[in-house]
Amino acid sequence: MFTAETLQKFDREVAKYPADQKQSAVMACLALAQEEKGWLPAEAIEAVAHYLGMPPMAAMEVATFYNMYDLKPVGKYKLTVCTNLPCALSGGYHAAEYLKQKLGIEMGETTPDGRFTLREGECMGACGDAPVMLVNNRSMCSFMLPEQIDKLLEELK
Amino acid sequence: MLEIEIDGKKAQVPDGSTVMDAAQQMGVYIPHFCYHKKLSIAANCRMCLVQVEKAPKPLPACATPVTNGMKVFTHSDLAVQAQKGVMEFLLINHPLDCPICDQGGECQLQDMSVGYGGMKSRYQEEKRVVFHKDVGPLISMEEMSRCIHCTRCVRFGQEVAGIMELGMANRNMHSEITTFVGRSVDSELSGNMIDLCPVGALTSKPFRYTARSWELQRRRSVSPHDSLGANLIVQVKHDQVMRVLPKENEAVNECWISDKERFAYQALNSDQRLTKPMVKQGGEWREVPWNVALDYVAHGLKDISREFGGDALAALAAPSSTLEELYLLQKLMQGLGCGNVDHRPRQQDFTSDGKRVGTPWLGMRLAELNNLDAALVVGSFLRKDHPLIAQRLRQAVRKGGAALSLIDLSADDQLVPLHARLTVAPSQLAQTLAAVVKAAAQQKGVELPAGLENVQVCEQAKAMAQSLIEGEKKAVFLGNAAQQSAAATQLHALGLQLAQITGATFGFLGEAANSVGAQLAWALPTGANARQMFEQPRQGYVLMGVEPEFDCANPQQALAALAQAKMVVLFSAFKHEPALAYADVLLPMAPFTETSGTFVNTEGRIQSFAGVVRPAGDARPAWKILRVLGNVLDLEGFGYNTSEEVRDQVLGGASEFATGLDNGLNGVTLQLPQAGQGMERIADVPIHFADPMARRAPALQRTRDAAAPAARMAAATLAQLGLQAGDLVRVRQGQGGAELAAALDEGVPAGCVRVAAAHASTAALGEMFGAISVERA
Ligand code: SF4
Ligand code: FES
Ligand code: FES
Repeated sequence: MFTAETLQKFDREVAKYPADQKQSAVMACLALAQEEKGWLPAEAIEAVAHYLGMPPMAAMEVATFYNMYDLKPVGKYKLTVCTNLPCALSGGYHAAEYLKQKLGIEMGETTPDGRFTLREGECMGACGDAPVMLVNNRSMCSFMLPEQIDKLLEELK
Repeated sequence: MLEIEIDGKKAQVPDGSTVMDAAQQMGVYIPHFCYHKKLSIAANCRMCLVQVEKAPKPLPACATPVTNGMKVFTHSDLAVQAQKGVMEFLLINHPLDCPICDQGGECQLQDMSVGYGGMKSRYQEEKRVVFHKDVGPLISMEEMSRCIHCTRCVRFGQEVAGIMELGMANRNMHSEITTFVGRSVDSELSGNMIDLCPVGALTSKPFRYTARSWELQRRRSVSPHDSLGANLIVQVKHDQVMRVLPKENEAVNECWISDKERFAYQALNSDQRLTKPMVKQGGEWREVPWNVALDYVAHGLKDISREFGGDALAALAAPSSTLEELYLLQKLMQGLGCGNVDHRPRQQDFTSDGKRVGTPWLGMRLAELNNLDAALVVGSFLRKDHPLIAQRLRQAVRKGGAALSLIDLSADDQLVPLHARLTVAPSQLAQTLAAVVKAAAQQKGVELPAGLENVQVCEQAKAMAQSLIEGEKKAVFLGNAAQQSAAATQLHALGLQLAQITGATFGFLGEAANSVGAQLAWALPTGANARQMFEQPRQGYVLMGVEPEFDCANPQQALAALAQAKMVVLFSAFKHEPALAYADVLLPMAPFTETSGTFVNTEGRIQSFAGVVRPAGDARPAWKILRVLGNVLDLEGFGYNTSEEVRDQVLGGASEFATGLDNGLNGVTLQLPQAGQGMERIADVPIHFADPMARRAPALQRTRDAAAPAARMAAATLAQLGLQAGDLVRVRQGQGGAELAAALDEGVPAGCVRVAAAHASTAALGEMFGAISVERA
């Protein structure tokens, strides 16, 4: 299911916890699995569960709870816009609307060319920089007013 | 002890109690959904909010520990307001479809909203919809919008059933209870989730829309399906059994029953019931009145006994027959001069007969299982043979850290962490247990019992012995397969040895509902036993509640003997094809719901029950049929008026627990059997094929546990035979064979093939643990 490299990374995560609490590594391992596969198909979730000796449904609970895990294939760039209250009060909704219009897709959808996926996100702990966005779960973009958004999309083209 | 005051009432409660515990102890009701005394605390429904003095806001009673001098108010303005608020929130997304909901009338949400909710909903917006799920033939998840996310079903799976099949996917308003990508729920205890669900989200598929709870009468009964003797509430409408639920008895089944106990009732209302006495004359079956049938039987049996002697007769009864039935059957046969009576159709080794000190039993009370520190179970398909005993052992491991070890024939997942395990071929069982005995003797530094000098001791055996020596409360049990094995007596003797060396208790996990009661009722041979009566064919047979093609250790041999007999009388609740061929008389007997009777469970608990409905058609309680037969035959001592008279005569007034229970053995020398040669068969009795009712319950027959048997082998065995999983193979034992699909099962020991017993497709085979050949079909 996974490459030797990914499995090695699993082991590194598992080693951080006591031997009888392997499943504590589930979030890290799911993230690694997603990194390898691009998203999390059910088989990958089950394989992670088996690796950690936990029921597949328990891993599924985790994978469906956190919205950084992608249970469907995503485009090359996944843009997650924060729409929680502090952001919403300082332009988060506008940023989201602008993106939808610009890309011609709704939240959760992917552009036909497979380049962009739009997601609504939860508070990223950067409310002071609102509106904020996350690209591919990793790079954080602050103060995303329309010009910034235009610039970002241009860079990612 | 801590002092607490709830609504002005004072009480002392043990340290560590929660407010909910204290309230229950004091008889104060606090509304709740997610709290359940057998499950861990989740505190997610918030229905149990109460006011606590000095606390700034209401606290959940189920998750608030009592502190000394605490004052709690369950009806104060603050508490009532909180409860109302929670109720309103819970109903926001609830469909409020009580009129078409199966749970209506027995729904905690319905009751609670009447008791604690508002009169009207203020919520005008759209409600969410949760898609239905299909999780198999037993649990209906058609209306998941009703779920209030208490997670009782999830926690039940994790904590009691031992397998988390349901879980809560997603979060916040998108949360939903589901299985992993649409899989089925297969636990043998799954039906309990239906009881636990406080709303109508999980309901019983077979029962759906057949009755309203208020139309049903509740009657008490006792389960005939396994040796635990679960207490049941049988719900009846218009003289028909509509549903079976657990009756709480902490000492026996706690508040659970297995799926078999819950759903087997479907067979009672099936068209396969035998409702009229039938006699075969000139190859033709005819329905006849009772007096004709009984005259025919009496004459037939008397003629055989007069002409050939009583030894030409034999009687075999199912070990799930009642005490009264077994006693009267035995008495009837003795009256005919016949001592060939037995109740152990699956047993093969009878050498302990006459050497047992008393009646074999569990050796302890069921409730003590939960407190064991160490246990070794030998020869058992634990979960499927004894679902609730397995559950108790699971709790012993989970909560008490017990060391549970198994010596078994297939490494099926018992859903509990094991301390040590040895999975061996049937012919190796005794050797393996002997290894543990030897290891224990060595570790304890006591003299090695004679006969064990050459036994090899492995690491696992040492670990088992060590756990039994170290624990304070410990036990060694023999399961069904051990009792059915060819080395049963040796295993018994070895088990006793091990118990003696380690200071453990030795016991049997009883095979059937009345295995203990049958011994007390003297349904034991003074002549030929269950094996001999077929090995040396007789002229006449009386069969009660058994279906030899499924229930005998060697169905091939049994059927051959029955085929040549002059007369075969079958007491049965069901009409079934094979019996039409070998029987001459079919007497419709009442199943447990239609007769009074007594079961003595594996811990020796005497449990009498009354019939809950009238017998179907002309069926009659078997104890009455036997009484009349005794009278027709002019035998002494058949003048009973009630089944209680029979019971009291057998048990001599013992009321709660039977007397004479003793697992001791006299005069058995250890003589380990030789290792087997060639392929060995491992036959489990799958849970839903194990008794005549379960076999005929349509919903149970659609579960995964009722899948048709395959020839299961380890990869090495498959490779050795040049086979691949999925290939059609022909398995043979003696004259008979069966064509089955080969399946890969790494849990089966090498050199063995697992072919289940008790199924039509394997009925032509021979001994459950005998030699078998496998070849490509
Ligand atoms: S399905 Fe029933 S038991 Fe399970 S979480 Fe929902 S309401 Fe609770
Ligand atoms: S609310 Fe958007 S980052 Fe905190
Ligand atoms: S019963 Fe206490 S929170 Fe649910």
